[in-house]
Amino acid sequence: MQGRPQDPASHRRQRVSGKKTMKILVPVKRVVDYNIKVRPKADGTGVETAGLKMSMNPFDEIAVEEALRLREKGAATEVVAVSIGVQQAQDTLRTAMAMGADRAILVLTEESPEPLAVAKILKAIVERETPDLLILGKQAIDDDMNATGQMLAGLLGWPQGTFASKVELADGRAEVAREVDGGTEVVSIALPAIVTADLRLNEPRYASLPNIMKAKKKPLETLQASDLGVDTTRRLTVVSVAEPPARKAGVKVGSVEELVEKLRNEAKVI
Amino acid sequence: MSTREAMDFDVVVVGGGPAGLAAAIRLRQVAPDATVCLIEKGSEIGAHIVSGAVIEPRALEELLPDWRDLGSPLKTEVTGEEMYFLTESRGFKVPALEKVMPHIANHGNYVVSLGEVCRWLAEQAEALGVEIYPGFAASEVLIEQNRVVGVATGDMGVTREGEHGPNYAEGMELRGKYTLFAEGCRGSLTKQVMAHYDLRKGVDPQTYGLGIKEVWEIPAANHRPGLVLHSFGWPLDDHTYGGAWLYHFGENLVSYGFVTGLDYQNTWISPYDEMQRTKLHPVFKPHFEGGRRLIYGARALSEGGFQSIPRLTFPGGALIGDSAGFLNTPKIKGTHTAMKSGMLAAEAVADALKTEQVEPASFTSRVRGSWLYDELKTARNVRPAFSRWGTKLGALYSGFDAMVMRGKAPWTLRFRHADNETLTPASTSQPISYPKPDGKITFDKPSSVFLSNTNHEENQPVHLKLRNAALWKTVNWDVFRAPESRYCPAGVYEVGDEASDPRLVINAQNCVHCKTCDIKDPAQNIDWCTPEGGGGPNYPGGM
Repeated sequence: MQGRPQDPASHRRQRVSGKKTMKILVPVKRVVDYNIKVRPKADGTGVETAGLKMSMNPFDEIAVEEALRLREKGAATEVVAVSIGVQQAQDTLRTAMAMGADRAILVLTEESPEPLAVAKILKAIVERETPDLLILGKQAIDDDMNATGQMLAGLLGWPQGTFASKVELADGRAEVAREVDGGTEVVSIALPAIVTADLRLNEPRYASLPNIMKAKKKPLETLQASDLGVDTTRRLTVVSVAEPPARKAGVKVGSVEELVEKLRNEAKVI
Repeated sequence: MSTREAMDFDVVVVGGGPAGLAAAIRLRQVAPDATVCLIEKGSEIGAHIVSGAVIEPRALEELLPDWRDLGSPLKTEVTGEEMYFLTESRGFKVPALEKVMPHIANHGNYVVSLGEVCRWLAEQAEALGVEIYPGFAASEVLIEQNRVVGVATGDMGVTREGEHGPNYAEGMELRGKYTLFAEGCRGSLTKQVMAHYDLRKGVDPQTYGLGIKEVWEIPAANHRPGLVLHSFGWPLDDHTYGGAWLYHFGENLVSYGFVTGLDYQNTWISPYDEMQRTKLHPVFKPHFEGGRRLIYGARALSEGGFQSIPRLTFPGGALIGDSAGFLNTPKIKGTHTAMKSGMLAAEAVADALKTEQVEPASFTSRVRGSWLYDELKTARNVRPAFSRWGTKLGALYSGFDAMVMRGKAPWTLRFRHADNETLTPASTSQPISYPKPDGKITFDKPSSVFLSNTNHEENQPVHLKLRNAALWKTVNWDVFRAPESRYCPAGVYEVGDEASDPRLVINAQNCVHCKTCDIKDPAQNIDWCTPEGGGGPNYPGGM
């Protein structure tokens, strides 16, 4: 693991105490659109993505929306979207800007890097941008890793509020309601901090046509992952990707007794 | 007065299919300073494109002469071609195809995914400076002082009850000196424009077909890239026009589909089931063995051709592509004609921009002076011969027309009826018993629609509107026993409480935007309107 660049507490003082700006960084990922039914590649090495519609990861849309709402409430002053991936990820950033993000940064990599590499790239971006808050989607719908936010918090030594269903900012702290098993947990964390967005946090707005037109003129900076000194070599190996086994057709049972019998002797679940 | 945001362009193109994209490209080529905006209701370019497709590269050659160097997706050249007349258990290969049916000879043509071709054309258009906005449906024609001045996109975030939801976003006016309607077959705005300017006056009614398509991946050992098969005859009766196609292309892909002429008469016909059961015929079945189905979709197409083409221009714009009905039915192709019509319209509009004419009327004379006109004129008598005399005699006439008259017959056969007028009542129609899907080669509708990746925002007004709800019971149910439940290839229309109190259930979120209901409903009681932009199928590459 690379050394931490600075004491997180000093960073916090520097960024939060008595300043007028409040910057939120929102990482967004380009994934296969949620409406598309994907299938494994014929050789089982991954999921076929050629020719499929790509969109912003839905949890990242929620993250963008939350950042915009905080800015609209006056709790934040700037929203910066960042994406990591191939050149076409700029379309995803344009969508974020059409929703309302002020500007965007694209970090080019050859393929979709793993969460640890993403977290390291984001850490380098955080050091350049010194945001006060990062809001990420809790996970991407393509690999479902649910790891980047947590890893980034670890690398930065920042507090984290994951699975957020509500976020309030006040006095240099974020109050985050977290979706946990069986209820909600509220944590109060000092800024700068990491928040990951869960489904119920908000309902994202549409990128309207006028705003899509305007977003074409917003600034989009492009960087190379290698410029940031991050090694994106894969550490994980995908063994195989296969379709789930086909579901068997259902049967109608005649009585409760027959149901219990089948559950006990055929399904063996009771 | 509307307070909507508005933006001005020289030309607004409605629809991102081959016609609209070719028009946009041609415009920037001949009028590089003209601002051109193209909108598309699909979530991305290609998302709503369904076609066979074997395409003739003639128009593309004229539009982008260096298309081979531009990374185009025209990769599989036709290598072999067979046409079959089917009986229930046998297939008879039409001999000397190039002589008997010279119009369908496919030498030099390509088997493609038309969706991929459109995505590639969109890249070329954007590189030329066309502004393309997918995900927005043009839902309203703007007419001022009897001139079309653009379109407006639909509002987003309207609830089912018609109220503004929490993420409501107002539509936008895209104002153009000229507007080109390239919505494809039976465009919803095209229909309004035709009515407003009476563009169909003096021409034959349009007649349509419904194409239903599947894309399969098959074992490499069975794949014969460039093989093109067509069939007619079984399983359709002699009064129903249509047939199947099967093309091998790409990486072990097979495009299979079936077109049913929507002037069919028997109310019990289910185009979906005709398509499914034809796969089991010995001519087709071996091609599917060991394969898996990847994609499903459907779209209506215009079959009327020459006699059914309306007036093409009106103050402030023109109709292009299949919105006007430029498909060449006997040739089973419409892409090259759609593109050519778009290019000619673009040239007419570029001229009109210079001279500030209200109507780009030179489009019509440009069409008359082009190969597009000759091609459609030559082919004009084939499709109506099938309507008039049935499949067997129609096919004979078609051979006579091609071999003896060479398309130059001194007569023109007319279309007498619109497709909504042809159904016979349930009581006098012969019931049809379709085989149950086997789950291997044939499938049910729900599992098919699943493979179209169709989605609509659930909480929005129903986009399939009944003009008079009471008519459904007295006409559709009492007389025809709900033909919409059979012709809809996506299971949108279902009959609830059939035994006690039959009523129509509309599952609008399943709609694949094929437009068949708007065409075939006997009382013309169903209005297909654009749903929220971005909704509908999401056909992937390969379709």
